[in-house]
Amino acid sequence: MQTLTLAAILLLLSSFAFRLGRKRAFAVSAHEPRSLHSLPGYYGSWVALWCGLPAFAVLIAWLALEPTLVRELVITDLPAAMQTLPAERIDILINEVRNAAQGHATANPDLAAAAEHYNRLRQVSFAAVTAISVAIALAGAAFAYRRVQPALRARPRVESSITVFLVASSTVAIFTTIGIVLSLLFEALRFFQMVGFTDFLFGLNWSPQMSTRSDQVGSSGAFGMIPLFTGTMLISLISMVVALPLGLFSAIYMSEYAQPRVRAVAKPALEILAGIPTVVFGFFAVITVAPLIHSAGEMIGLSVASESALAAGFVMGITLIPLISSLSDDVITAVPHSLREGAFGLGATRSECIRQVVLPAALPGIVGGVLLAVSRAIGETMIVVMAAGLSAKLTFNPLEAVTTVTVQIVTLLVGDTEFDSPKTLAAFALGLMLFAITLALNVVALHIVQKYREKYD
Amino acid sequence: MTEMIQTTATRTAETVAARLNRRYTAERRFRALGLGAILLSVGFLAVLLGSIVDKGWTGFLQTQIAVEIAFDPQVIDPEGTRDPATLDTADYAALVRAGMAARLSPEADRATRRDLSALVSTMAADQLRAMVTADPALIGSRATLWLLASDKLDMVVKGQVPRQVGAAGNALNDRQLGWLADLEQAHQTRKTFNTTFFTAGDSRAPEQAGIWGAVVGSFFSLAITLLVSFPLGVATAVYLEEFAPINRWTNLIEVNINNLAAVPSVVFGLLGLAVFLNVFHMPRSAPLVGGLVLALICLPTIIIAGRAALKAVPPSIRQAAAGLGASPLQIVAHHVLPLAMPGMLTGTILGMARALGETAPLLMIGMVAFIVDIPKSPLDPSAVLPVQIYLWAGSPERAFVEKTSAAIMVLLLFLVSMNMVAIVLRKKFERRW
Repeated sequence: MQTLTLAAILLLLSSFAFRLGRKRAFAVSAHEPRSLHSLPGYYGSWVALWCGLPAFAVLIAWLALEPTLVRELVITDLPAAMQTLPAERIDILINEVRNAAQGHATANPDLAAAAEHYNRLRQVSFAAVTAISVAIALAGAAFAYRRVQPALRARPRVESSITVFLVASSTVAIFTTIGIVLSLLFEALRFFQMVGFTDFLFGLNWSPQMSTRSDQVGSSGAFGMIPLFTGTMLISLISMVVALPLGLFSAIYMSEYAQPRVRAVAKPALEILAGIPTVVFGFFAVITVAPLIHSAGEMIGLSVASESALAAGFVMGITLIPLISSLSDDVITAVPHSLREGAFGLGATRSECIRQVVLPAALPGIVGGVLLAVSRAIGETMIVVMAAGLSAKLTFNPLEAVTTVTVQIVTLLVGDTEFDSPKTLAAFALGLMLFAITLALNVVALHIVQKYREKYD
Repeated sequence: MTEMIQTTATRTAETVAARLNRRYTAERRFRALGLGAILLSVGFLAVLLGSIVDKGWTGFLQTQIAVEIAFDPQVIDPEGTRDPATLDTADYAALVRAGMAARLSPEADRATRRDLSALVSTMAADQLRAMVTADPALIGSRATLWLLASDKLDMVVKGQVPRQVGAAGNALNDRQLGWLADLEQAHQTRKTFNTTFFTAGDSRAPEQAGIWGAVVGSFFSLAITLLVSFPLGVATAVYLEEFAPINRWTNLIEVNINNLAAVPSVVFGLLGLAVFLNVFHMPRSAPLVGGLVLALICLPTIIIAGRAALKAVPPSIRQAAAGLGASPLQIVAHHVLPLAMPGMLTGTILGMARALGETAPLLMIGMVAFIVDIPKSPLDPSAVLPVQIYLWAGSPERAFVEKTSAAIMVLLLFLVSMNMVAIVLRKKFERRW
């Protein structure tokens, strides 16, 4: 809250600086704006940038450094006995100090003293950063103000700083990718120090629950991801069996047969289907589809697990219909009309033309779309978290409960904050695999789609 | 000879006719398959929405029962001091129990008491406390009040669970069902609009649980998402579309953005956990972190939509501005960007709608905690709407099914209205050049 107030003050100062700079530009031009190099507003912006940018830089640096600095100072002020504790214990102590500083009572007088110290340090550091940033803002504004001259090239300077902002924004995407790869890789490497890489990749057992005592049987847990991957593949396969025919036939009907009026109803309906959050589908799977499949199975004498792969896969298939339909629709409409007219000229019926001319021509694009859908199915999380099971069984029976990679990532990480057990780190290793597989599928899919497009352009 | 030619001709004609028939049948079958696929897909949508509405509409109602409460001075304030602290800590649940016992059953054994209090929500006591602390003059008077029923009674009244006397697995026992029949006969039960659902935070007791905490949490998260992703997305789109030279670096950025759009959202959650929580030590479960992760997720959507909008602005606009001496940035800021803005806003709203429904990455950064308080700032721990739905869907109480469905209806309503705004924007400001 304090920080926000300070930021607001700095913004206010910058807007003052803008007005001052513009006024100054009028003044130095002797109210003859045409003698200025740039429009007066650019002089204002230039002064405002000098006022705001350095001050905000200081503020951001402080935000980044302050917690560590205050923490170190608090630690050096703790009694010597506490300072020599191992790092995790000190973390806990610091947390207690923070809680105490926020007004929760603490029984330990040392910690109470530390909490007071902590609060005082934070006050001092905030006062310091306020003083420094405001001073820098004023100094920057004064510096720029005095340099406002008719010959000053204000516009190029302001524009170059805006360009810097544009370029910096466009690198955010790259930094996000780097962040994803590094964070996954870093934690996964820590995991592979504890569990062998081949054990993870080719192991047939997955039971990450570790016992609390190290001398118990099975204390090491088992981290073989084969059962997870077969589960993921099984559910994705079921979903594609549902989504592919429905999506493809909807696309064909909509692009080749449908009256505009049918299109006007069906297309938005599929878009609605695409816009419904997956958590809703998950609930639908649990509460409606799974009991339905369960009782249907019982009626014909099959035992169906209540969290069967079939229910999860079926509902996931429904969510993928719009994706496949819209991607196929795009490629089917992109097939040139001359091909269709040629087929009709030879006497083909509409369906023959579609099956023997349009679909083969559109095939690469459709395959690309299907690959994208598969990658979506593999990465889909909420439906399987809610509707698929937790037990990692190595089976291809769609009526049994299986688990998937994403389910395990969520289960391993929800509610757990320790970061040194293989159990939590395994989630990052799974995440890395998931990232690699979906990325590969997408690259292949985009490649196929692009290659196809070149043919008719 | 001629006969033979004739028979061959008729035979050929027959074969052709038969084949043509087959081909037309195939044609009709193919067409029916396409129509069937669409009908089936739309049917799934209808079944989904229908089952949600069917299960959830009762969630907007709550059951109340009329109980005559005696504000007994002996219970509330035995010493007569009217001290606010005494009033605050008094045993109001005893007043509720006494009122129920006076109406329904004179017996005073423990089992009866337990059965009686199981009919009323624990919130009833809070209701009495609020009344008395607001107006201490009530002490000593009697009043008939509508008290919130417990979730079990609520379920029976709404017909969600069977109410046959003697049936197995009943939420209420036979005696309680008898009392309920008695109350209903005297018109001392009613169903009213469930304001609790829209004003309360989460609760373990279904009848006291509400979505307001989650709605506020979602609002904070989306506000952060918008503040971060809109400027970044527009700036990136402008740079890539208007300024970037065509080289390897730009190409790398484009490939990156396309790939990020397809990365599973749960992976973004892992990124948030590893970077925002473990490296930067941001608070767990806070909308601030949730908003940042969601911003990264919908950034590609906004960039791609923004670039499409910029592409749609005809080059002649740029050339005209350049001809009048505008600098490249002036061309973009004064002419191209205002024309592309409706398209960009549409893309942003659609991205926000996706972010509103996103659940998995938020589970990763600890937004699944059980949080009763309404968050006051983006730094307070809070839930968001889809996570609240997930949490309630996993709760064993029967009454949470209708709460979950009702929350889903609210979420879908938000999504529909956001999409409506996007459509209206597109219709209103779209220009054909």
